[in-house]
Amino acid sequence: MTALVGAESLQEAALRIRRHIVDMCAGPEGGHLGGSLSSADILTVLYFSVMNIDPGAPADPGRDVFLLSKGHGAIGLYATLAERGYFPVEELATYARPGSRLMGHPVRAVPGVEMPTGSLGHGLALGLGFALSARLAGRASRSFVLMGDGELQEGSCWEAAIAAAAQGADNLVAVIDRNGLQLTGHTEQIAPLEPLADRWRAFNWAVREVDGHDHEALREALASAPWEPGRPSALVARTVKGQGLAMVAGKPNSHYATLTERMHARLVRALQAGDR
Amino acid sequence: MSATATRTAYRDALVARMATDPAAVCLDTDTGLFSGVDFGDAAARYLNLGIAEHTLMGVAAGMAASGWRPYVNTMAAFAGARALEAVKIDIAYNALPVRVMATHAGVSAGHLGPTHHALEDLAVMRALPNMTVVVPADADSTVALLAQVAELPGPAYVRLGRKPTPSLPDGAPPPVLGTIQRLRAGEEVVLVAAGPLPVLAALGAAEALAAEDGLDAGVLHAHTLKPFDAETLVAATGRARLVVTVEEHWPAGGLGSAVAEELAERAPRPLLRIAMPDRFVDVVGGQEHIVAENGITPAGVAARVRARLTATDLS
Repeated sequence: MTALVGAESLQEAALRIRRHIVDMCAGPEGGHLGGSLSSADILTVLYFSVMNIDPGAPADPGRDVFLLSKGHGAIGLYATLAERGYFPVEELATYARPGSRLMGHPVRAVPGVEMPTGSLGHGLALGLGFALSARLAGRASRSFVLMGDGELQEGSCWEAAIAAAAQGADNLVAVIDRNGLQLTGHTEQIAPLEPLADRWRAFNWAVREVDGHDHEALREALASAPWEPGRPSALVARTVKGQGLAMVAGKPNSHYATLTERMHARLVRALQAGDR
Repeated sequence: MSATATRTAYRDALVARMATDPAAVCLDTDTGLFSGVDFGDAAARYLNLGIAEHTLMGVAAGMAASGWRPYVNTMAAFAGARALEAVKIDIAYNALPVRVMATHAGVSAGHLGPTHHALEDLAVMRALPNMTVVVPADADSTVALLAQVAELPGPAYVRLGRKPTPSLPDGAPPPVLGTIQRLRAGEEVVLVAAGPLPVLAALGAAEALAAEDGLDAGVLHAHTLKPFDAETLVAATGRARLVVTVEEHWPAGGLGSAVAEELAERAPRPLLRIAMPDRFVDVVGGQEHIVAENGITPAGVAARVRARLTATDLS
């Protein structure tokens, strides 16, 4: 079921996904621009190269499961699902418009969305539930949970991390989009998370760190999980908020953007010119 | 009358169900109610997740979405407050078949104090769309209602006590989920109660009001707070001089509120709501002591009814 896509076309898919993200931010409500761009490569690699999924059978019991715990990255997920064939790409134009099923945070009505998310600190427990289900049923499915780094300030993340390690859920993979920024500034100034990888290790997870924009490195790490039998895997993906657009990259104010027509046109030109 | 805790009846019923229902899973938060060996061949479907109520609800939602039917175990104080957001978003929003089995409800945690009392749980659970809310009144009704809850396609909250409480008198028809159960015929004063001690208090009060005051007093057992059986309520209270609710819950949002809402909308009647007072119980006492101190006894309920009827007659 997995679509194995070569390096060149992974880049192309990621670029198309970024273009959709920028387009959705020019809609009536704007969108979560920076954090969607920071996780675009992770989503691309998961959906186009790693996960065992079939857009034609989104509820196949043998599928791998993905949960966007950082639910505010919804537009990135919608773009990825559409590009992967879960629903027509044209539907992305309805984002945040009355009557659309594409809400600001993911909902189950959208094909490919497993669970509604967006209240932070829920995804890891949900992912553990799917992982334990697969194990009980004797299925090889894995659960991938994409978490924001700011989200890790929610205590429920660590509650679930303890439970997952205690259960030996090695079919659970947490990917942390470590862009270092949250709504009002730098995570390390607001509520520090470092040493982040060591924290996960201390919770008895197998941990790796990777450049979250390096497709090959992401693919190698994610495809090879579990890295240690009996331990869940945490991939700390070092990313840049707003990655792909030099004009917004690394800036806290990229968190949410409502793009004017002029700004939208500028960002689209920059994307096409590869101005990163 | 024998005395069994509703949580004990539930525990035994779930152990039996796990043996026959291959989709049932029991998720625990170190409550001590279960041990893996209780489940024999089904032990792999018993998971103790640690003291982690939010995670409990999330894991249960993930498992229910994968086809399992989780029974989750925690204290009512934590299900309805600490883990509420996970119950709301992960379980109720998705209408998943998770059974939230909440022990130590009301003041049944007794001397453990207000941190472990749950007098708001029915209000918050009733507020959630898709949620079925059930309050068994004794061991037999727990077993009977649990068997029906097990068949629901969506989520349910089941409120259980901690220590033994007396059985309801014999002779009542078996409880049917979603339907008010008539425990005693009577139309002049109609008492509506939920939970072990309130139902017994209502039955005793009705008997006293009939014997000593010549009142035709009936008792309805409202074990299902959501969906609420307004039809039976309206039909059974059509001739009532007074409708009385009795519950082990704060006044806001529980049984009294449900009855008030339905009657106000459909068929207004004089109403007296007897509940736990709107304050934290900061004195030591067991469940029966605390409930009795607050007037939820046969004599206490009868006295409140008499006072209200007298005041009405004089006005």
